[in-house]
Amino acid sequence: MSYFLIFFSAAIVNNFVLSYFLGICPFVGVSKRVSSAVSMGMAVTFVMLITAVVTWLIYHLILIPFDVVILQYVSFILVIASLVQLVEMFIRKVSKPLYDTLGIFLPLITTNCAILGLALFSVLRDYSFLESVVFGLGAGAGFTLALVMMAGIREELELAPVPKYFQGAAITMIVAGGLALAFMGFAGMI
Amino acid sequence: MSSTLSLKTEFIKGIWKENPVMASLLGLCPTLAVTNAANNGLAMGLATTFVLLSSSLMISALRNFIPHQVRIAGYIVIIATFVTVADRFLAAYFPTISASLGPYIPLIVVNCLILGRQEAFSSRNGIGRSLLDSLGMGIGFILVLVVLGIIREILGSGSIFGVAILGDWFTPWMVMILPPGAFLTLGILIALANWYNDPSRSKERRAAS
Repeated sequence: MSYFLIFFSAAIVNNFVLSYFLGICPFVGVSKRVSSAVSMGMAVTFVMLITAVVTWLIYHLILIPFDVVILQYVSFILVIASLVQLVEMFIRKVSKPLYDTLGIFLPLITTNCAILGLALFSVLRDYSFLESVVFGLGAGAGFTLALVMMAGIREELELAPVPKYFQGAAITMIVAGGLALAFMGFAGMI
Repeated sequence: MSSTLSLKTEFIKGIWKENPVMASLLGLCPTLAVTNAANNGLAMGLATTFVLLSSSLMISALRNFIPHQVRIAGYIVIIATFVTVADRFLAAYFPTISASLGPYIPLIVVNCLILGRQEAFSSRNGIGRSLLDSLGMGIGFILVLVVLGIIREILGSGSIFGVAILGDWFTPWMVMILPPGAFLTLGILIALANWYNDPSRSKERRAAS
């Protein structure tokens, strides 16, 4: 039951994008088309899952036993950067079509704050190994959900008469505000 | 003469014309996340500026020694080191601010504003120019964070920098200090900046005067 709560809370109630403001850059940048939003969401979920596993292992098997928790940020970001590179090479080798769809989005994930945020939050909340894996899956699902919803709205928005000065980034922010308002309705559920 | 002039533009451009948040939409995560009060915005802006300045200094000094292929990894390690310094400093001397900013201080590591300036500017320019550029960008970032923080704090809690200024008659707009308020306020600010920068509007103004 508690695993379900962690998943649900990360995906819906405390959505990474709409209530923690993590991963706003791809949320604004890659949300013009639903198809690319789905690919980006998949790539991020995949990296989040691996990050959750690897950073948990590093924190509990290296940083704590050797008493070097001060190196937390440096080691996490290095691991994430090299992980993204590895995943990119692996996908290119194993599945060319998947690589072509995710292609340009993969390197961008390194500087996606949602990934580092995930590692930091699971340390902060003292999650067990399984809990942080579930947390990673939930956060990825929530990110994908927000991104795809946003892309759907923006596809419709192209046909809407947006006031001149609100075109582009401004209307995206306003729409995101509306989405965040809607997601606030879930707040009482947990 | 021309070199002093360009040094000045190097510094000024970050404040408005190439403002990291309003013009390039960089560093949006902390901008939206911590501006529910003016104090938090100021602290976040100062911490980010510190990291930006020190890593610019370091990277422009080392720019001829860092191999091109691994430069991004190198930059990230340098940035993460200074973020650790800022994080420990805040935790030791300003524990309340450190607690209210929480994980957003370590998240400065992945603030695209910092990595962006290193890649676009510090790795190609001398120490002096890089520091000026970073200072300008940092001030621009602080300005946006503080303005957002002030607007949201006045409307959402009826206070400014923690001091209540609106009387009992004012019902705080709770939504402004919650996530939706951040998106709405920034959206409106960007639209206002678009309106202010619109070339056709300034032509009209010149014609009218």
